[in-house]
Amino acid sequence: MPSDAPGVELQTSAPLRAEARRMGRIARFLDSDLWYSFSRSPLTVLSALVALTLIGGAVFAPILAPHDPFDLATLNLMDAFNPPAWMEGGDPRFLLGTDDQGRDLFSTIMYGARISLFVGFCSVIFAMTLGVTIGLVAGYVGGTTDAVLMRIADIKLTFPAILVALLVDGLVRAALPRELHDRVALWVVIFAIGISNWVQYARTVRGSTLVEKNKEYVMAARVIGLSDARIMTSHVLPNVMGPVLVIATLNLGFAILAEATLSFLGVGVPPTQPSLGTLIRVGNDFLFSGEWWITVFPGITLVLMVLSVNLLGDWLRDALNPKLR
Amino acid sequence: MFAFIVSRLLQALPVMLAVSLISFAMFAYVGDPVAIMLGQDYTEAQREALVRDLGLDQPFFVQFWEFLKNALQGNFGLSYRLARPVADLILERMPATLELSFTAAFLALAIGVPMGVYTGLYRNSWLSRFFLTISLIGVSLPTFLIGILLILVFSVWLGVLPSFGRGETVLVGGWWTTGFLTVSGLKALILPSITLGLFQMTLIMRLVRSEMLEVLRTDYIKFARARGLTNRAIHFGHALKNTLVPVITITGLQLGAIIAFAIVTETVFQWPGMGLLFIQAVANADIPIMAAYLMMIALLFVLINLVVDLLYYLVDPRLRGSLAGSGP
Repeated sequence: MPSDAPGVELQTSAPLRAEARRMGRIARFLDSDLWYSFSRSPLTVLSALVALTLIGGAVFAPILAPHDPFDLATLNLMDAFNPPAWMEGGDPRFLLGTDDQGRDLFSTIMYGARISLFVGFCSVIFAMTLGVTIGLVAGYVGGTTDAVLMRIADIKLTFPAILVALLVDGLVRAALPRELHDRVALWVVIFAIGISNWVQYARTVRGSTLVEKNKEYVMAARVIGLSDARIMTSHVLPNVMGPVLVIATLNLGFAILAEATLSFLGVGVPPTQPSLGTLIRVGNDFLFSGEWWITVFPGITLVLMVLSVNLLGDWLRDALNPKLR
Repeated sequence: MFAFIVSRLLQALPVMLAVSLISFAMFAYVGDPVAIMLGQDYTEAQREALVRDLGLDQPFFVQFWEFLKNALQGNFGLSYRLARPVADLILERMPATLELSFTAAFLALAIGVPMGVYTGLYRNSWLSRFFLTISLIGVSLPTFLIGILLILVFSVWLGVLPSFGRGETVLVGGWWTTGFLTVSGLKALILPSITLGLFQMTLIMRLVRSEMLEVLRTDYIKFARARGLTNRAIHFGHALKNTLVPVITITGLQLGAIIAFAIVTETVFQWPGMGLLFIQAVANADIPIMAAYLMMIALLFVLINLVVDLLYYLVDPRLRGSLAGSGP
């Protein structure tokens, strides 16, 4: 168990802490408050394990998956609608059964999770970059720039994120020719989700920038004649990033859900690259004919993914908040 | 009070202008309406005539002004896909969406607030832990999956509730169709409204709970206990009342989210509302419907925000003084 890792008892004594400082990076991490609160919460450890399993399965899908669902040569329509292996009529080759085209559901889910996670991570990074930049500029420059940017943020906040994502997606769909759109559809979805979700970063960063910019180290940097851009990026930015990372973790779950929702509505990633949402939409058509597994297993995967990421985010928020200690 | 409403409306004006500018830009720059209306065979003269008829040769702001005038009269042109006036399409779909959304919001409040009060008062009982676990699942389950699971259990396996449509509807007052008055209409409403309201219910529950925990620690609650008031009076008369300000804000803002998420619920249940219309418009790049929907949602949100502000005013007496002072 992680709780008897070396150094956990070293918390209080000052000479021992100095000793700990000389330890390696990993040992120092194991000694930190963060690791301590992590290892003391079984739910967090469990969700970290689930998240790591899912991410691992998704990232290494091409190696780990028992079948290649996109290799048309191995597909056989005779295999379509096989129930899960443990049910009557199940085929031991297909653990979770097969879908309407005879693809192994287990492998399809691994590849689908890959797309879902990719879109989730990319859109969070995009939203974070956009939001942090806007927040930093608004907070540091102030004045009219600040007022205009924050008004835009207010207007953006008037609309729910999913609606904005839908609108952006619809607009790009209308603006681009069809073939081009199909090729860049994945990036359109990432753009749409990112653009619908930057305000929280911007507001947080702006708030902390307003505090930081009046501190002495910023004045010192200004006195020695650094440019505003330099001060913003290498002095203020590192000091406002803490809460941003927490928001990013909490938003990853949202981004994955948003992608699944868009794909379920049929306006997300193209059907040639099915994500978990696409799989659920396809399975939904077969719900009434009794083939429930085509929908339910991708659904369970999606829920486990979002739940574990959300629990990790909750824990990180509480662990980094000194008020709750 | 009147001055307050007027100042709020004036603040909402720039938002509406910005939104209509976006809507108009969608019309003007996305896709080519002339090409869509002309079809394959046309002469250059026909094209120019159509451009002149549509006013597309006018400067940007003249076109924008025309667009605003039309929008104020509820005229958003024809749907590219259905070739019918957009305003008619939206109006005939609106009752379905509004009935669904308000039922969902009502469910969320009627169940979420008591659950929140209970979990706040008895924070360590097993029932509270059970409610909190449910709420965590409610937050992590996507709306469409909840809908699919409900359909699977109650329509496919048990076969007790319908899985799509509104059931029988009754025409009220000439144009409003309601499903509230027929048995099949009410039955059809059950699954979609639970699907739509579940997320908001868990949100309200968590909010009421944390507010209750906060309020119960304050001095005036201790004082109320010292005065020997009954638990009932303290919990509902003193504690709950003071949690209501954030609850009203969030519920009001969530009403907007409910209407937005109605898009998803309507898709799952094939509910013939505005959301289904909008999603079909997005999938087919039907710009007039998208633009009109955007304007209408913006208007709805502005109105909701206004009502929320007015409710503050009624609930929190402290605001009345400061507002009277700041009014023009």
